[in-house]
Parts: sequence; structure tokens; C-alpha cells
Amino acid sequence: MSFFTADNLAIHFGGIKAVDGVSFEVNKGEVFTIIGPNGAGKTTIFNLVSRIYEPTAGRLTFDGMDITNVAPHRIAALGIARTFQNIELFEHATLLQNLLLARHAHKKSGFFAELLFLPSVQRMELEHREAVEKAIDFLDLQQYRDSFIVNLPYGVRKVTELARALCTDPRLLLLDEPSSGLNVEETEDMAFWIQDIRDLLGITVLMVEHDMSLVSAVSDRVLALNYGRPIALGTPGEVQAHPEVIRAYLGG
Amino acid sequence: MRFIFKTSYVQDIRLFRDQVDASWYGLLAVAVLALPFVMSEYYIGESTWVFIYGICGVSLMVLVGYTGLVSLGHAAFLGIGAYAHAFFLKHGMPWIPSVVLAVMITTASGIVVGLPALRMTGIYLAIATLAFSVIIQEVFSRWESVTHGFAGMPVEKPTILGVAFDDERSFYYLCLFFLALTLWLTRNLLRAPTGRAWIAIRDSEIAAQSMGVNLAIYKSMAFAYSAALMGLAGALFAHKIAYLAPDIFTILLSIQFLLLVIVGGLGSLHGAIFGAIFVALLPPAIAILRDSIPASMADAAQATGVGAFGVLGEAIGNFLKKPGVEAGIFGLILVLVILLEPLGMYGRWLKIKLFFSTFPMYKASTFKRQKTYMRSERLR
Repeated sequence: MSFFTADNLAIHFGGIKAVDGVSFEVNKGEVFTIIGPNGAGKTTIFNLVSRIYEPTAGRLTFDGMDITNVAPHRIAALGIARTFQNIELFEHATLLQNLLLARHAHKKSGFFAELLFLPSVQRMELEHREAVEKAIDFLDLQQYRDSFIVNLPYGVRKVTELARALCTDPRLLLLDEPSSGLNVEETEDMAFWIQDIRDLLGITVLMVEHDMSLVSAVSDRVLALNYGRPIALGTPGEVQAHPEVIRAYLGG
Repeated sequence: MRFIFKTSYVQDIRLFRDQVDASWYGLLAVAVLALPFVMSEYYIGESTWVFIYGICGVSLMVLVGYTGLVSLGHAAFLGIGAYAHAFFLKHGMPWIPSVVLAVMITTASGIVVGLPALRMTGIYLAIATLAFSVIIQEVFSRWESVTHGFAGMPVEKPTILGVAFDDERSFYYLCLFFLALTLWLTRNLLRAPTGRAWIAIRDSEIAAQSMGVNLAIYKSMAFAYSAALMGLAGALFAHKIAYLAPDIFTILLSIQFLLLVIVGGLGSLHGAIFGAIFVALLPPAIAILRDSIPASMADAAQATGVGAFGVLGEAIGNFLKKPGVEAGIFGLILVLVILLEPLGMYGRWLKIKLFFSTFPMYKASTFKRQKTYMRSERLR
């Protein structure tokens, strides 16, 4: 039984088959990357996994549990966290507040306890803070802790989103184009972090990425999509050499 | 410039940032407590309005400023609180249970109104709450067995646990107590997971959801809490105004509340208080100017011998006496605030504070926002 399975996953928007019968399995502790030309349905798969979209057909299984019909806000508590292609941070809050919000799935306090800010709530807050500080240390965000997101540069926001996803204590991390908009140096940092997330934190990573140097640097396996259908699956080298993939990218 | 050296995580969840901050608030508390002894009866009464509007402001700030949901129906919640409280008092219920029940009823109505909010945003939600407000106003005027319709409903001065709050000064302290309580409770929520969830919903619903926030529950909670505070304010409002009539709780009052939070500064509790001071004190200020401008201009005309001063003063006085001028001035200020200071009075306050704490190094460009990238697409 693999860690995460998408079985014959499909979603149709009207007549458009954005994702059309995609099946794949992600093993525990690997970095699994989905590549494909624009509009291939990569991000749509992410939105299906994080339950923002309702699949037309197919099944999603995570750690032996069917998550096809789980409510979107329950996904985080199950241990699946994600980042967004067009950064979705809470812009008018500080970086610290952003990361603390990611601890929401682990919240245990009730409304009235919070209303009075009882000692139990304070203890929980300190626990959350310690978890958040670990992510801040891991990704070197110390100096931005109290900055508002609107005032942060793009690269830092991108890392903040990664940090926020890590703060939910995920077992499966969905990264939607982690290197988009980053310069070469920042992309290299990102590659190291993704490897560290897999090797040191033991988190399985499912990634959508365009930057082939990043893909080949960190991926264990790669799935190539085109027009919502899988065209190749294998190691980064195998997939890049696959004639179908070359045709999808270069035409012909 | 003061640098706060942090040695413990506890420092970040305290009520006050540090000793210096706490002592400033202490000073403010002493000043507010001492004010009734140096002010005339009239000004004590006007200050009481600041406190009641302050509670309303905090209520709307939670909803608009923190959760990002617009409401044009908050006057209806105020009315429900006021009428419920007045009704229970009239039927001989003691003050405290009466207020508790009034707050509970408003909370329930807040949840009911909040339900469509789960599906609607922005202008659509504003229209839905507006409709609610109109319906409730109609109920106030038609349900005569409870509200006495347009005949009105007198409300007596409060007596709590045998203590009568029958003069301006004691009522001032009563309202001050409830405002302080409101601020404390709301601040607690805002530094706890619930407040963060509200802020998250305001800034990105989709990310909030992916982080485990149940949108439906937290939006209803924001509506319920906001309505509850409005109910409390309504109870005090009923005593303050002493005579309830349906035409008090109109759409204009709701707009005034919205104006309060925008002028005060969205997204800060300070803003709610600044806004309350502004909204409560502008009408008396206009009333004072109405009389004092012609008088002082006439004096100036006599002293300098230039008759034009007197004519000008007379003209300004007459203009301020015209009906609708007050609403016009409110509207003008709202437009100017949105254009010139989108963070409202609280934003201005931050700038003034920074000016003094960094003097003489202050740069006007500190607060300039850099234009950042645009979002190419956004999930709804």
C-alpha cells in the first residue's frame, strides 16, 4: 500500500477535461514531481488533492484513508499541507501570525477559554510558538519575524509560504511551483531545503515544477502530464528523454 | 527610539508590549477615570456617547476590520439589543439578567444573519445585511405589543443590584466599564487562534481553509460575536437615549458605524476608539462652531473695523445651521480619509508616534508602500 494514491482522477469544467484519468502513487519519503506544459492540469491536481475542487471521478487515498470526500478544512489536520503558485499569504498580518495560523489544525482551545485568555490558552500559544520557531530556524526567517507580509520581497514570501506549510506538521507536503519567480540563487536554496525536508524532517513531497534543473536535482520520480493526461512516469532522466514529453514541450 | 529586547515568548502574547506601554495605558485609565470631576454635566454625557460608540466600533471592527465581512445592518443589532433590554426591564426583570438575555437574543440574530455570509462576500453581503436591517426596522414599528411602535418606549435609568446609576457621572463609569471589558475580551480573542483565523479569512480564504480553518464556523462566529457586542451596546444605548423609537435604528446609523471604523482605521482596536471619538464628538463640535464662529467673527469685525469678517461669519453660521450639513461633513471627511489616509486616524497616530520616537530621523517615505507584483490569477 503506497503512501498517497490518486486513482483514475478526473475533473471536467463543462466540456474541458482539465484532468482526465490520472493515476499515480507516491511512496513514503520521496519527492514526486509533476511536470507538464502550461494548462496541463498540474495545479488542478493540487486543488483536487487539497479538496478545493470536487473531482468528477476517481479516488484519492492518503495513508490508507480515502480522502476523496473529506472537507477542505480537515485536510490540514490529516497531515497534508500545501503552498500556492500565486502566493496566498495573509498579507496584512506579520510573518509570525502567518505561521501561527498554520498551527490552527492543532488548536485545542475553546471560544470561551480564548475570550478570557485562560492559562491553558497561554500554554497552547507558547507551544505553538515553539513549533513555529523551529520552522523559522529551519528556513532562516528570523529577521523577518515581525514584518508584515506586504512589506516583504517576493523571495522571502515564497519561503514564508513554505514555512507556513511546514508549521502544520505535515506528512505530505504539496509544493506548487516552489521556484517560480525566484532567481538562480534562491532556487538553489529552495532545492537544498526540499532535500532537507525529505531527508531531515522525513516529509514526503509532491511537487509541481517547471524549472527542470530543480526537478532533476531533487526529484526521485517524475510524472509528465499533457492536456490532463499522463504521458510519462519515471526518474527525471527517463522522463526528460521520453519522446512524448519532448513532443509535448517542443511540438511536432 | 526604543528597542524592545525579547528574552521570552511570553513577551509576545502579553496584553501590553512592555512596562512603558502598560504605564501609558495606566495613565490613560487614570485620566479617563478623573475626567468626570473636571467636566461639566453636558460633556460627561457626550463622553458617554464615545464609550457606547466605542463598543459599537469594536463590534464592527471585528467583522469588517478583522474578518473582512461588510455589514450595513448593524443598527438593527443595536436596535434588537436596545428593545430586548427595554422590554425585559419593563416586565420587571433585574438589570443583569436582562442584559444577558438581550445579548443572547442579538447573538442568535447575528448567527441567523451570518448564515448567508457563508456564501456571499463584498457588495452582496452588504445588500443582504441592509435588507435585514430594513426588515428589522419594520418589525420595530409594527410589533406594537413589544416595541410600542412609533408611540415609542421609555427606558428608565439603570439600577444594578440595588445601586442606581441615575446621574450622568455614574452612567459614564458604567459605560466605561463595559467598553474596557469589551476591549479586553476582544483583544484576548485577537491574540488567540480565533482572532488569527478571522484575519486569515480576511486576507485569503483559500489559504485559511487549507490551513484547517473551517470558514463556515469562523464566519458565523465573527457575526455572532459582533452582534453580541452590538446587543450590549444597545442595552446601554437604550438607557442613554431614554426613549426608543423605530426611526432611530435606520440605515443612516449603520452607515455611521461603518464610517466610524473606516475613519478610525480598519484592522485595529485603537481605530475603533479613535473612530468613536470622532463620530460621537463631531455633531457637538459642529453645534458649538455654529454659534461660536459668527460670534467670534463679529468680534473680529468690530476690533479691526473690517465689516467683511462679520458678513463671512454670519454666512458660515447660517450654512452650518442648514439641515443635512452634518451628514455632508461626515461624507466629505470619509472621502478625504479614504483618499489621503487609508489607514484612518490610527494610521496617522502611528506616524506621529514614529515621528517622535525617531526624531530627528523621521522620513515621510517610511510608510510608503512599494508596489509589488500583481496576482495573475486568484482562486475563489
